[in-house]
Amino acid sequence: MIAIPLQAQFNVPLPLASGAVLDAYELAYETYGTLNAAKSNAVLICHALNASHHVAGIYAGQSDSEGWWDSMIGPGKSVDTNQFFVIGVNNLGSCFGSTGPLSMNPATHLPYGADFPLVTVEDWVDSQAQLLDFLGIETVAAVMGGSLGGMQALCWSYRYPQRIRHAIVIAAAPNLSAQNIAFNEVARQAIMTDPDFHDGHFAQHHTLPKNGLAVARMIGHITYISDDQMESKFGRELRDGKKFSFAPEFQIESYLRYQGEKFSQYYDANTYLRVTKALDYFDPAAQYDGDLAVALSPASAKFLVISFTTDWRFSPTRSREMVKALLDEKKAVTYTEIDAPHGHDAFLLNHPQYHAVVRTYFTHQVQP
Amino acid sequence: MITRADFAAIASWIPEGARVLDLGCGDGSLLAYLGETRGVSGYGIENDERAILRCIENGVNVLQVNLESGMAEIADQSFDIVILSQTLQAMKRTEAVVADMLRVGREAIVTFPNFGYWKHRTQIALGGRMPVSDDLPYQWYNTPNIHLFTIADFEAFCAARHYQVLNRSVFTGGVEQKLLPNLLGTLALYRFTNAANAIRSGGTA
Repeated sequence: MIAIPLQAQFNVPLPLASGAVLDAYELAYETYGTLNAAKSNAVLICHALNASHHVAGIYAGQSDSEGWWDSMIGPGKSVDTNQFFVIGVNNLGSCFGSTGPLSMNPATHLPYGADFPLVTVEDWVDSQAQLLDFLGIETVAAVMGGSLGGMQALCWSYRYPQRIRHAIVIAAAPNLSAQNIAFNEVARQAIMTDPDFHDGHFAQHHTLPKNGLAVARMIGHITYISDDQMESKFGRELRDGKKFSFAPEFQIESYLRYQGEKFSQYYDANTYLRVTKALDYFDPAAQYDGDLAVALSPASAKFLVISFTTDWRFSPTRSREMVKALLDEKKAVTYTEIDAPHGHDAFLLNHPQYHAVVRTYFTHQVQP
Repeated sequence: MITRADFAAIASWIPEGARVLDLGCGDGSLLAYLGETRGVSGYGIENDERAILRCIENGVNVLQVNLESGMAEIADQSFDIVILSQTLQAMKRTEAVVADMLRVGREAIVTFPNFGYWKHRTQIALGGRMPVSDDLPYQWYNTPNIHLFTIADFEAFCAARHYQVLNRSVFTGGVEQKLLPNLLGTLALYRFTNAANAIRSGGTA
């Protein structure tokens, strides 16, 4: 399946939760499959921290350019693009084509950089609703996402209850724990204390806070993998014996450095700060004295909630909090806890029971 | 074996549109049936991966939770009826599970294979072997049934806890068994509650 990146331009101002207003913005998106005549078969995919609108398929002539959820979405796959019109969208503030810190600030004709406003999950969902309007879609069959993407699917369910028939919330949480915010803060500090960061205006100084970004990514990676998985993948294995140096000697060190280095070459530091902050701020229950059930009460979608047993970043307990709130509000909900060894990253992987749950749900419960 | 006759008996005890929780719901066929015939708003609890997929196929809300520990998250008195079908004999914490059913639900329905069925008695008394039948199809060494009991045992269990039995049906091979149920019946169905719940629901139970 060949994917084609598209851009949608919006000239209606978007008020943000911070109080700032984006007068005009663009969203990068891709679509797979065909919108049916009734325009009822759309499925919106929301991405997590570092992904993009390139959800499935490959770009023409680039054989190793699979979308980040290509194992899940495509012709004949669990989310079958022969049945559904799947939309991938890049979130505002990202660095892959939608308006964000790398974009030109119309006021200064320079890249926004540190001046790009902070965005929230609610802001993303509002802009995604604008994209649906742009595509002429009133109601989607489903909004689906993992991790931070799952938070967006949850947010859709109560923010636009009439526009979504199913919310598929995978490896997510109704808010971040203090421990999770702590990980994000360490990552942000790694970036902000990098001498090349220049308070976010590094572009004007022709530098990139690569070291800070790399460390931020290393911290993230540790939390995406389970202890057991890290042990079985790397253990205490050394690359070339002990050298009594601080060069990467253990395989896990070299793996983390490689991941950090790779990430720092394609990801924007200002985006990383904003996306982690959006994660930290998300807390729909906060304005209802912490009562998540009240926050979710407007929802009319059916819910599929999926967690993974070894996910300690967004543990099954956090998913069960959402399930409990939905039960208290008498919402239709199916919940599965997938027995997978991989930790948080399992939501991106091709686990047979996980994919069977999604496939069965789409085949039998989601009407195109 | 659960049959349509048993489903019909259970359905006849459930008010239209009730909120029903089915513990150990298997493939969800009972909940699907209660949805069709009584318009219930139902949820199933199941921990078997394949059964969960069948529930999703059947359009049933299913929650993958371990029954022995997972009911704690369900609010008190949040269901009209909690069903435990053909599972009580396989629970470790039998008493606690039944008490929890009446905590989260106003009423409970329990179905179980009657160990007192005459063929089971004969297999033990005359054959000297643990009974194996359509309703108890396992050998002693591979059975999930760790708490086998009879209709008389269950009635004593309810009486000792002051549970009020609201209905009882006994079946043999899908046909209702009115005569000598503890001797001739293979499957027992009970609807019961406790005094506190009965008062809460205005004594209409």
